[in-house]
Amino acid sequence: MHVPDGFLDAPTSVGTGVVAAAAVGLALRGARRELDDRTAPLAGLVAAFVFATQMLNFPVAAGTTGHLMGGAIAAVLVGPWTGVLCTSVVFVVQALLFADGGITALGTNIVLMGVVTCAVGWGVFRLLQAVLPKRVSMVPLAAGIGAFVSVPAAALVFVGLYAVGGVAPLPLDNLTTAMLGVHLLIGVGEGVITFLAVGSIIAVRPDLVHGARRVLAQRTLEVRTSPTASAA
Amino acid sequence: MRRPGTRTVLLGVLVVSLLLAGVVSFYAASAPDGLTKVSQDQGFADTETDHAAGDGPFAGYGSSFISDERLSGGVAGVVGVLVVLALAGGLTLLVRRRGEPADQPVDQPADEPVDQDR
Repeated sequence: MHVPDGFLDAPTSVGTGVVAAAAVGLALRGARRELDDRTAPLAGLVAAFVFATQMLNFPVAAGTTGHLMGGAIAAVLVGPWTGVLCTSVVFVVQALLFADGGITALGTNIVLMGVVTCAVGWGVFRLLQAVLPKRVSMVPLAAGIGAFVSVPAAALVFVGLYAVGGVAPLPLDNLTTAMLGVHLLIGVGEGVITFLAVGSIIAVRPDLVHGARRVLAQRTLEVRTSPTASAA
Repeated sequence: MRRPGTRTVLLGVLVVSLLLAGVVSFYAASAPDGLTKVSQDQGFADTETDHAAGDGPFAGYGSSFISDERLSGGVAGVVGVLVVLALAGGLTLLVRRRGEPADQPVDQPADEPVDQDR
């Protein structure tokens, strides 16, 4: 969903640029709470993995394709703030080095595919964690569903931005239907890839997964207090 | 079952990323992505303007100095993975808390594996 130069007018692009800069600034502070000597090395590699998977377009319908956005996967693996930083780096490199996503649209792309997918992916993930059984095996499932929801959410935010500053006048209901339709399909791919990737790390080292921390901590707590807990 | 050490996992993620970007990307679907397709169908694709970095050596995920298509895309993918890793890795290493663990709701899991590979 890389937005090229020219789709949105200059004021809107400046606006998303300001929002993106503010989000990255907040993420720099927030990421400090998520990263320590043990978890920081994984963050750079998650960004590299997101870049790599974004090269892999998969067919979703006749004549169209999609690729991973990666906000949800990054948020669950290394934390939502760190996820915003990782995806932002990916979009900067893609715009400057690979001419993928406009340079004036860099703020737009960071907001849509970085901030929105991290926030929605992480938000849905945490909601599901609250209602699903508190088991490590539930982490990849919750991550996958969060990832699935994050893609149409980003598509809707694009429609909102287009309503504000789209260069060509368009009937918005047509745009909404078209964007939602194709991005629901792309979201399925996003969900599957996220489920598999998070599941792979969970299978070997669940302690390295940010989104599994609460579950692991709780599991340890249960073991230690089991004699009294069973009495109560 | 002995769990793999942190370095083994990190190396695994790196190798997978390099293989995906360097080799598998050649087989990726080439049809327009969701937004591009919508912009064509809805008639606003032509509002796209020229990209200021469109003449760069790796523009469009190819290497302009390599004629072989497979190698050109593969080199661009590997360069991208390494550049993203250097920037994001450097940034997160700078931002991290040094010498103290990040926020944890409760203490570390008891079965925390020690790094086997040194």
